[in-house]
Amino acid sequence: MPSLKDLKNRISSVKSTRKITKAMQMVAAAKLRRAQEAAEAARPYAEGMHAVMSNLASGAKDSPTAPRLLAGTGSDKVHLVIVATSERGLCGGFNSTIVRLARVHIARLLAEGKTVKVLTVGKKGREQLRRDHGGLLVGHIDLGEMKRVGYGNARMIADDVLSRFDAGEFDVATIFYNVFRSVISQVPTAQQLIPASFEVEEGAQPAQYEYEPGEEAILADLLPRAIATQIFTALLENAASEQGARMSAMDSATRNAGDMIDRLTIQYNRSRQAAITKELIEIISGAEAL
Amino acid sequence: MADLMQFDLVSPERRVTSVQASAVEIPGATGDFTAGPGHAPFLTTLRPGIVSVAASGGSQEYLVTGGFVEVGPEATSLLAERAVPRAEVTREMLDAVVAEAEAALAATSEEPARAAAELRVADARGLAARLGL
Repeated sequence: MPSLKDLKNRISSVKSTRKITKAMQMVAAAKLRRAQEAAEAARPYAEGMHAVMSNLASGAKDSPTAPRLLAGTGSDKVHLVIVATSERGLCGGFNSTIVRLARVHIARLLAEGKTVKVLTVGKKGREQLRRDHGGLLVGHIDLGEMKRVGYGNARMIADDVLSRFDAGEFDVATIFYNVFRSVISQVPTAQQLIPASFEVEEGAQPAQYEYEPGEEAILADLLPRAIATQIFTALLENAASEQGARMSAMDSATRNAGDMIDRLTIQYNRSRQAAITKELIEIISGAEAL
Repeated sequence: MADLMQFDLVSPERRVTSVQASAVEIPGATGDFTAGPGHAPFLTTLRPGIVSVAASGGSQEYLVTGGFVEVGPEATSLLAERAVPRAEVTREMLDAVVAEAEAALAATSEEPARAAAELRVADARGLAARLGL
């Protein structure tokens, strides 16, 4: 049975924890709004890029001179798995869901006898993957220094990935991240970056253009940018998802703290009452004994 | 033929401008050109340079690097990796453009590509000199 003083300390400590989680929830809500706005603002570019690329790619795919980024290296022996996670914890299952999906993917590839290389973006994913796939890690990109995701960050990751591709380090690259659906739902997603794939919507008429310079020159110029754009979209989705996940995690933490305070307060009041009753009994029985 | 067309300038992070324009001067990969309303559908990549938009509410100028432009009879959209209003262009940005062209030149050794890269460097230097910052 904890003493009254212990209970009191316990209650005040849970109260200050609740204050912290409440504050974190509100900060996450503000950041989420900003992240969503950023994701919204980036949409026209990504969509424009996608439309043009799917147009170009559908024409060039079967051509023997198609760029390697689009056609692939002709083998799929070595896979690069890019795991994009957050730099900070306390955001519920956000990081674990991405890592879990990546782990399943890695395990399947390894079972098929493929070589797997892992590139992590964000500290949390690295920490989780280092435990059982430490030998597969080939690189890490730290986003800890920056406050908001900028296109420059995506460009940097893309440059790193592309230079590895040019050096023949891998054949297929896939990025893992969370797609933001709502505050309570983030969907871990795998997207293949290289060879680049651009789904064409069913029934969409390819627009007819005059190309200058030739289609393939444009394709070669735009492919690296399209990949950077895909990475950028993934980072933005991730940023919004992270804040959403943190918001709901902190919301339930705040609620749990509230419940705990209620429980502890009842316990505190009961023991106080018990102490008073005990004292009374002692006095009464003392008086009766006389 | 309409005398205005929709013009959108989009960077990866946001839509920079979206106006009704009567003509847009664009630094295309194979030369500067002007897109106006009723232009034939046309798609080209960009080289670093100044885009100037003649819009109904006055003209605007932007420094753009890397990207492409999609020209159509009713709408033109320009997707640039970076788009900065002319007034906010700094010396460092121009230096970066020149440095990038020089790095590309240093990386190419085969002949036709090298000549093109040399042109790019001269072009970038010319741009920097013209803006005179």
